[in-house]
Formats: sequence, C-alpha cells, structure tokens
Amino acid sequence: MGRYVIRRLIQAIPVLIGATFLIYAIVFFLPGDPVQALAGEKRADPIVAEMIRQKYHLNDPFIVQYWDYISGVFRGDLGSSLQGRSVSEMLGEAFPYTVNLALVAFVIEAVVGVAAGVMAALRKGKFLDQLILISTLLVISIPVFVTGFILQLVLGVQLKNDYGIDFFSVSFNEDDGIRAYLLPAFVLASLSLAYVARLTRTSLMETMRADYVRTAVAKGLKRRRVIVRHALRNALIPIVTFLGADLGGLMGGAVITEKIFNMHGIGGLIAQAVYQKQGTIIVGVVTLLVLIYLVTTLLVDMLYAVLDPRIRYE
Amino acid sequence: MSDTITKDASAPAGDNSPKATPAKKEKPERVASLWSDAVRDLRRNPLFIIGGVLVLALIVISIVPGWFTDGSPFANGACDLSHSLERPSAEHWFGYDVQGCDIYTRTVWGARNSIIVGILTTTTVTVVGALLGLWAGWKGGVIDSILSRITEIFFSIPTLLGGMLIMSMLPFAGNAYSVSLVMAVLGWPQIFRIMRASVLSNKNNDYVMAARALGAGAGRITFRHILPNAIAPVIVVAAISLGVFIGAEAALSYLGIGVQPPQISWGLMISDAQVRFLAAPHVLLFPAAVLSVTVLAFIMLGDAVRDALDPKLR
Amino acid sequence: MTTVIEKNQKSGRLEVGTPLLEVKDLHVEFHTRDGVAKAVNGVNYSVAAGETLAVLGESGSGKSVTAQTIMGILDMPPGKISQGQILFRGKDMLAMKEEERRQIRGQKIAMIFQDALSSLNPVMTVGAQLGEMFRVHRGASKKEAREKAIELMERVRIPAARQRVGDYPHQFSGGMRQRIMIAMALSMEPDLIIADEPTTALDVTVQAQVMDLLAELQAEYNMGLILITHDLGVVADVADKIAVMYAGRIVETAPVRDLYANPAHPYTKGLLRSIPRLDQKGQELYAIKGLPPNLLKVPAGCAFNPRCDVATDLCRTEIPALHQVTDKDGKELTGRRSACHLWKETLHG
Repeated sequence: MGRYVIRRLIQAIPVLIGATFLIYAIVFFLPGDPVQALAGEKRADPIVAEMIRQKYHLNDPFIVQYWDYISGVFRGDLGSSLQGRSVSEMLGEAFPYTVNLALVAFVIEAVVGVAAGVMAALRKGKFLDQLILISTLLVISIPVFVTGFILQLVLGVQLKNDYGIDFFSVSFNEDDGIRAYLLPAFVLASLSLAYVARLTRTSLMETMRADYVRTAVAKGLKRRRVIVRHALRNALIPIVTFLGADLGGLMGGAVITEKIFNMHGIGGLIAQAVYQKQGTIIVGVVTLLVLIYLVTTLLVDMLYAVLDPRIRYE
Repeated sequence: MSDTITKDASAPAGDNSPKATPAKKEKPERVASLWSDAVRDLRRNPLFIIGGVLVLALIVISIVPGWFTDGSPFANGACDLSHSLERPSAEHWFGYDVQGCDIYTRTVWGARNSIIVGILTTTTVTVVGALLGLWAGWKGGVIDSILSRITEIFFSIPTLLGGMLIMSMLPFAGNAYSVSLVMAVLGWPQIFRIMRASVLSNKNNDYVMAARALGAGAGRITFRHILPNAIAPVIVVAAISLGVFIGAEAALSYLGIGVQPPQISWGLMISDAQVRFLAAPHVLLFPAAVLSVTVLAFIMLGDAVRDALDPKLR
Repeated sequence: MTTVIEKNQKSGRLEVGTPLLEVKDLHVEFHTRDGVAKAVNGVNYSVAAGETLAVLGESGSGKSVTAQTIMGILDMPPGKISQGQILFRGKDMLAMKEEERRQIRGQKIAMIFQDALSSLNPVMTVGAQLGEMFRVHRGASKKEAREKAIELMERVRIPAARQRVGDYPHQFSGGMRQRIMIAMALSMEPDLIIADEPTTALDVTVQAQVMDLLAELQAEYNMGLILITHDLGVVADVADKIAVMYAGRIVETAPVRDLYANPAHPYTKGLLRSIPRLDQKGQELYAIKGLPPNLLKVPAGCAFNPRCDVATDLCRTEIPALHQVTDKDGKELTGRRSACHLWKETLHG
C-alpha cells in the first residue's frame, strides 16, 4: 500500500502542473490589463503602471512567469494580489467558510442520501419508492440557484413571518455558528443528495439480487441482518467512491451557494478575482481545489481497497 | 445466443436463471436485439412519452417563438416601465418584470438559447469525447496515456470555476455558441472516459477476436464491431447530460458570465429578478419553473434511454 | 434444537426410508412481461433421511426452481407458488409463518449453490461467513465462532485451516470455495441438504473430490440429499433414486441402477445415449434434436413430443400421466414411473 501511495503522489505531480499551467495560460492571455483594471475608471498613470508591472514581473515572457509561479507553489508561496496582499493569506481567510459549508453539505448528502436510497430500494415500487424517485428527479431538474431562492423564501422568510420560527436566516451570519451553515449547506448538497439517493437505490437493488445475498437468506438469517451485513456493505462501495469524488465538487460548486447566501468564501473570492482579472488569486484558488481533488481521490481509492478486499494495490 | 442450438442436457449450462429462461428468444445478433428491445421499451415508457412531448414542444417553441406569443421582446416599446413588476393577469400570464417587459414573451423567446446550448454542447461533447475515447481505447500505448493524463487534468479543475474563467477570457460578449463551446471544452473528458472504458471491455471479447481472426482490418473492427457495442453507455450519459448542460448555461448566465443582455436567457432573467425576489417572486419563479421543466423533460428522456439501454437495471 | 429422539432417528440405520421431505403437486409460475411461464407443473417427489435423490434436467426444466421453492428463497415476484404442498417432517412449509420457515432454513435444510465464488460474500472472510451460523443460530461468541469455523474447514479438508480462516473467498481455489460452501451447509448438522449443481463450475478432477466429500459427509450425518444436476455422470455413483424433469414436470423416476440399465422414457433414453462412451469410440455422438421448450409456449400434449423420435398423434394432443411402470409380466417395479404414452415400447421394445 505504501508504495502505491507514493506512486500515486508522484503521478499527481504532472496533473497538478498541467492544471496550473492550463489555468495560468488562460489567465495570462486574458484580454484586458490587470493594472488598468486596478485603476478602475481612471486612466492609469503610465509610470506607476510600469512600476507595478516591474514588481510583479508582468513584462516577463509567459513561460518565465509560470516557472516563477510554480516553483513558488512548491515552496508554499502562492504569490500576492495586485493590491499586495498575500494570496495564501486571502485563501486562509476565505477557505474556512467554504470548508465548513462543504463539510456540512457532505454530511447532509451522505446521511440523507443514503438513507433515502436504502428506504426506496427496500420498498421497490411502493409509494415511498415512487415518492423518493419523483422528488429526487425534481431536485435534479431544478437548478441549484432556484432551489436556493425557494428555500430561502420558504425556510428563511415564511417560517419566520408566518410561524415565528427564526431558525434559518436569509443571509449568512457567522455568529450563528453551525446553524448558519445548515440552509446553505442543504442547498449546496441538494443535487448530490439526489444523485446519492438514486445511486444507493440502484446499487442496493442490484446487490439484493446477488448470489451471496441469496446465500445469506438460505443461511436462515433475519432480513435485517441480510440487508445490513450482506447487501448494504457491498452496495455502499460505489457510493463511497461517488461521495469522495464529490467532496471537491462541493467546494467548486459553492460559488453559487455563497452568492445566494452572501457568504465570503472562496466562491466570492474567485468571482471577484475573475471580475478584476487578478490572475494570481484565480490560479491560487484553482491550485488549491486541484490539490484537494487529488488528495480526496487518493483517499477514496485507498478507502476502496479497505472496503473491497478483492482490490489490491501494488 | 447461437450456442443454444447445440446445447443438450449434457452441456454445462447453468440452471440458476429461471427468470431469464422463459424470456429467452432466439436472436441473430446481440447488438440488433439490444437496440430493437430498447426501442420497444422506450415506446412503452411513460417517462419517454412525457419527456419526448415536452422536448418536441420546446424545440418548436425555440424555432418559431412567434407562434406562441404576439409580441417580440426586441420590438420597440416591448417594455413599458409603467407596468414594472405587475402581477400575472389573464392577458399577461406571467406578469411583468422590473423593466415592465412581459415575462411570458421573454420566457418563450428565451427557450432558443437553452435548446441551442443543450443540443450543441451535447453533440460536440459526444462526438469529440467518443472519437477520442475510441482512439485511446483501441490504440492504447502512448496515445492512450497522453489522452488519459489530459482528461485527468480536466477532471481536477472544478467545472464551474473553469467555465467562469474561460467565459471571462473571451474577447466578446457571451452568447449561446460561446457558452456551448466552453462547456464542450470542459465536458468532453467524461464521455471520453466512458467510451474508453467501454472499448477496453469490448476489445477482448470473443466476437472481436473472431473478427480479427477472420482478417478484418483495424478500421473495420473499430467501426463495425467495437463502436456499435460500446456506444450504448455513451448515449445514456449524453442523453442525461443534455438537461445538465441546459442547467449549467442558466447557472453561468445567472453568475453574469454566460449569455449577455440584450440576449434573453432564463438564467439571466432569474439573476435580474433575484434582487426583488422577496417583493415580487413571480418575476423569478416563472422563468425558473420553465427552466426546471425543460431540464426535467431532458432528464426524463435520458432516464428512459438509460433504462432501455441498460438491461442490468431492469 | 434437535431432540434426543430425532438424534436417535438420525443415527439409527433402520429409519432409512422415513420420508423427510415430500413435495406434493407443486406448481410455480413466473409472471414476465411476455406472459406467464409455468416453470413447475405438478411436481411430486420425496426424500428420506440418509437417501440421495438426484433431480436431473436441462436448463429451464424447473429443477432449480423446485429447489428454491423448498428452500424458500424463490424471488416472489416474479415467481408465484400457485398450488401444492411441501411437507418437511409431515408439516407443510408453505403454510408456515416466515419466522418458522427461517428457523428451518440453514438449520434443518441447507443449500449448496453452483457458483461458490458469487455465492460467498466477497467482502467477508470465510471465517466470518462460517462463524456467522454459530453466532446467529447458537449465540456463540466471536472466539467460539472462529474455532467452530476452523473445525468445519478441517472437516471439509481445507489445508491449513487455522491460517486461512481470515482469508477472503477470492483467495481460495474453486474447489476449496465449494468445500467452504459445503462446510457452511453442514454447520448446523441439517436433516436435509439441497445441492444445486455443486460441481458444475469445477474442473473435472476436482468435481470427483467434492462429490466424494459430499457423499461421505452425507452418510456420516445420515442426511437426506437432493442433488440437482444436468449431468448423468455425476449422479451414477452417489444417488439412490433419480427424478428426471422436463419442462416443469417429472417425466421419469426410478432407482438409479434401473434407470441406467433400462430407461422408460424416450427423453431419458436420449440423455443416456448422448453420454460419450469409451466402447463407442469413433462413432458419432448422439444428440437430442431440437431445443428445450420455451416455457411461455410449451407444446401441446407431451412437452417433449417435437424432439421425440417415437412421438405419435396421441403425444401431440394428450399430456401423459405419470404411469406406474411394470415389467414384461405385468409386475409393478418399485419406485419406477414414466410420463410417456409409449413407456411399454420404450422399456421393453
């Protein structure tokens, strides 16, 4: 296993370099002048502009700039914004919100999604199954930002105005602790939750037909034990893979949720950076998310080997 | 299936599939029967019928919006500020938006961009992804390694962030075609992976070996034998992604980096309406509902196609 | 729990022949989207303690469906038991409550499946799967269950059982896996074992070893054994009597030697002729013409008639009863029955 992990880490390096290179290239060839963007509507003073360009090596050829950047990344230095703030610092400020949001969303997705899927699979064709199938189909069809507004209206406004329950707030308020994250996290989780529920349903229904489940029944085990010990254990293997791969996706998808609930996580940061054409911030955020993606996929693959003894990594 | 002809009692046949046996029919060829079974299945599937009717209606609306509404949203005097935010009425089913434009008219005319994005993106992604996947899976070796590494890079970049970045890089205002192009650039690796896996699993099948042994050339084997057998999972995913791409266009436009005004996009309409959402929810809810129904229709079609082409799930 | 009297019955040689399980007029159908398939059409058979009944038939003959119905593991729907009784020690299992049936499954009647690799849980160690029987049915501790598992593995002669108890099914060879299935079936010392093609998935040399082991353990525990197979060769050495099934019906029953020596049904005759024999080397191997019937469209009359060399008009219109077979002098032959209008000609002609 150890050797496998090392090999995977080595394999991750070209992916990291490729991804940052791609993003860096896009940013580099972005039309428009970041220095001008910094000055806003006024015309930038040519001398000051030239100084800024010198300072940030903006006159160097693309490949030189990229090399400076990537070697910095490996030293843990993500560069600085044009206002002179360290990108690492900015990420450090914004990141906790997004991580909390994604983690709460992840828990909701896993718990509610798997539970709904199991219930549907065990009542195949019955009312509850149909209800779960239809409601997940609706959740998949309604775009996240629409789901967000509707929940905001129903849970954030109407619940308070009509029933006096002031539990969920329309806008994110840090002082509310984990409660502040519940509604945004549910919105963020909704789409994946629906997929997890459907995937669990299909997977469990498939394993329920497996020969070893028939063996378990023939052993005279109680239905509950047959389902939990024999079917579910096997059915969850693909679900775990999906969940793991989705953790990075949740952080990437947080852009919209953060906008709806007015949170200042990395979604807000990158939206602002794209608008201001602040290349270092964009590349920094993407580099971080790529790293998270690479780490989570490695963890998922290792978990996979733990869950399924047939898989051996050499 | 042809081996059943010589099968007698002493042939080593399993008897564990009482369910399969009665349904067994003599079929000349696996591929042909898969497709004819699928067509028969689709015709009976209510999901397919409802989804299909909706999609047909949407396509007609997007080609000739004039059949469904008298006014054009681009005509002079189409909007009248004195009607701003008026509620729905018998003449104006969806009411007016903040600019005093008729929401129904705008919604009807907005269908075109969604349909264009959905179909164009899916077609591009499927053709590019499938051909590259076929190439990589069949050739193996260096080509496969390079293409697979490239897809890993694309997978590691969060789709939404990548989309935001490239859209903002384009030197002209976003429209349905540029949105499609950007989403195709980010979307092809998924189809590539499925196609490649599908080819690899089919490549060593007996019928391919047989075709090889009979002296069929690489091109003939690839296109006559492997492609038809490997394409089913690709079509399933492509059918489902149609709806997903339409939702993604709306998300990009909602974030202000997709289709740009004065063009009409449901995502843009939703974005414009969000500020006054609590005061005038109809401005947001009508385009949101139509968008959701559109995505739902395509996903229902996709689900029906998957059910028909994936006999394992029956 | 096995009572003292039952224990005595088990060990007493005299009790051989006491009916342990009786299947009476069993009908099972499958509701598919293409129509109703009648998989089992009035099957009768019985097994006594210590006795081996071989049920022979090709795919779709209903032999496995009958076994699954006895075991209570038939998928319902699409399966449906439309008629019949299954008496275990005189009590109809089909009328029992699910909980009562569950107590019989695994403890009184156990089953061995064809494909041990897919029938064993891939993510549980074999020790855990064997020990589970003792944990669930006997309330054993984890440690006790492990010891019992090792004991069982040694019983079925798996080498280095103590070292391998923590291994997963995929780490064993096909023959060893089937031994684990046998060990699992034996764990509760059941009265009856149903073995559904237990050797089909194995190499020929391993087949014989597994079959011998099964027969040996059966004799030792004096269990009833229903051996389901399509292979006449497997049956000859171990079975006491044979029931041949075709299209959901029993077409012939006979003591094993009699059936081999002199079949009373053209289908059985065809099956025997299609076994390769050394003394007929160089001759073309006989094969029964045609295909097994589609259960959605079983031919009128005798289901075998389209494939039969001697079929008459009667065979095409009337379903033959399961006739008692007699010898040339009209004396009844014990245990011999044939569902053929022309059984006399087939047997004596």
